[in-house]
Amino acid sequence: MIAARARRTVFVLVLFAGLAVASLGVGLLAGSVPLSFSDVARVLTGRGTSAISEIVLTIRLPRLLAAFACGGLLALAGTLLQVLLRNPLADPYVLGISGGAGLGLLTATSLGLGYAPSQLAGLIGALAAVLTVFGLSFRAGDWNLYRLLLTGVVFSAGCGALISLTLLLAPQAAVKGMLFWLIGDLSGAGNPGWALAVMLVLGIVSIMGAGALNVLSLGRDKAATLGVSVVAAEIVIYLAASAATVTSVALAGTVGFVGLIVPHLIRLLGITDLRWLIPTAILGGGALLSFADTAARSVWAPLQLPVGVLTALLGVPVVLLLLARRR
Amino acid sequence: MTLTAESLVVGFPGRRLAPPLSFKIEAGQCWAVLGNNGSGKTTLMHVLAALRRPLGGEVGLDGAPISTIRPAARARRVGLLLQEEALEFWGTVLDYVCLGRYPHRRSLFGWEPDDERLAREQLERMDIGALAQRSLSTLSGGERQRARLALLLTQDPAFYLLDEPLQHLDLRHQLLAAQCFVDLARQRSRGVAMVLHDPRLARSFCDHALLLYGPDDALAGPAATVLTASNLERLYGVPVPL
Repeated sequence: MIAARARRTVFVLVLFAGLAVASLGVGLLAGSVPLSFSDVARVLTGRGTSAISEIVLTIRLPRLLAAFACGGLLALAGTLLQVLLRNPLADPYVLGISGGAGLGLLTATSLGLGYAPSQLAGLIGALAAVLTVFGLSFRAGDWNLYRLLLTGVVFSAGCGALISLTLLLAPQAAVKGMLFWLIGDLSGAGNPGWALAVMLVLGIVSIMGAGALNVLSLGRDKAATLGVSVVAAEIVIYLAASAATVTSVALAGTVGFVGLIVPHLIRLLGITDLRWLIPTAILGGGALLSFADTAARSVWAPLQLPVGVLTALLGVPVVLLLLARRR
Repeated sequence: MTLTAESLVVGFPGRRLAPPLSFKIEAGQCWAVLGNNGSGKTTLMHVLAALRRPLGGEVGLDGAPISTIRPAARARRVGLLLQEEALEFWGTVLDYVCLGRYPHRRSLFGWEPDDERLAREQLERMDIGALAQRSLSTLSGGERQRARLALLLTQDPAFYLLDEPLQHLDLRHQLLAAQCFVDLARQRSRGVAMVLHDPRLARSFCDHALLLYGPDDALAGPAATVLTASNLERLYGVPVPL
């Protein structure tokens, strides 16, 4: 019986690894200029024509990897925050990072600053949100997760109001770009190398700490009796989730849905042990966002949609089906 | 091996729940902790397990102050059954019970096949072996209580601190669980302290007792001298037939 369960777990992990590879493959082939498998294979082995090489290596591959990194980071952050806050509705943005980043970036854009300064303002806003929410809720000797959650939710609401105001006051021409950022969009994503590195490091740290995370899901007191240094662990989880979210937001804006739903999707497939759930979630989030971004730039090509619309359109039916099927 | 309370004051800032307590739980002993609601039994258990700092005095584990022992090392030697536990665990009963091996893990990532065998044995011992693959959230109150006891048995500490271990259990399983912990003390030299509300169970299973009478009075010692009809009547305010 236990062997069957272990097989199922490994099967789901392998399935998600396969989906991740498939999402990258499809992403290289599909687009406004459809390429054949042999074209792409030639480029990847260094024998392609220069035009196709340009499309594959300079345009599609960086954007695909950016999508994969964003999706993986968001799924990781969502998983960590659901454990930390003991709340199944927690997502990467629940503690105000999207609000802070959005406010910074949109204010800079509406003031007429260029692309790079606006991105920087968004990053500063995100970091300011992390520090503000943590600073307001942390008391030495009394670290209270309800206070953290409520502080984050209230801070987000405040940012949301100011973002709406900024959208109303901003020049018409800038509003569409702002909406793309708010929905989540990868067309402006730069070099994804550092985001992949962040994903790799945070993923390894999280998987190594997954045993403690499992114990922490029993509650703080029980975890303490089993030898977990609860407050230290919680602060590390909070910072890791924040780092993942900030990285993803800096790359693609506030892509919704992935961070909330990928962990639940994997739990619905029967994996609850975080030692398996975390790597599966990273692969699943990366695959989902890669597929969604490929669709976003191919389905109505040459028109490009914000990827955030597609993550929900692809993910919602899958999760609803799984929910309906379960018992 | 000993777990000692030295002039231990338990309570909340500004509110002492019991007089300074001094007693010594030794390997092989089984203690009953009795007192009315709100008399500090749970707070004392939390202090003994180092979940909470005392207002004064100190808990000693084999002579060393418990606050100086690293969390994982402490968890291998002192286990606490909480009276209440969060219920959000997503996994199966077996997954849950295996977490008791966390303080014994030898690798960063996980536990060994031996650990799962041990967990299954403890489930059998608590008579819920058949529920191993069920989701924890589908268990009844009594079954869940036995799963929690099984987790503690899987943790296998030297000292078992049990806050109302028999709550929610039917009569047969109350006797089974109480006997299991007494056997651990007598046959495997564990130290046991359990919060109970039934003085007759305390008299039949425990060899030592601690009675908490409120902020100014407490009694600790061998069951034969402490658990007398007059002491218990004074504790509960009603006659206690023994």
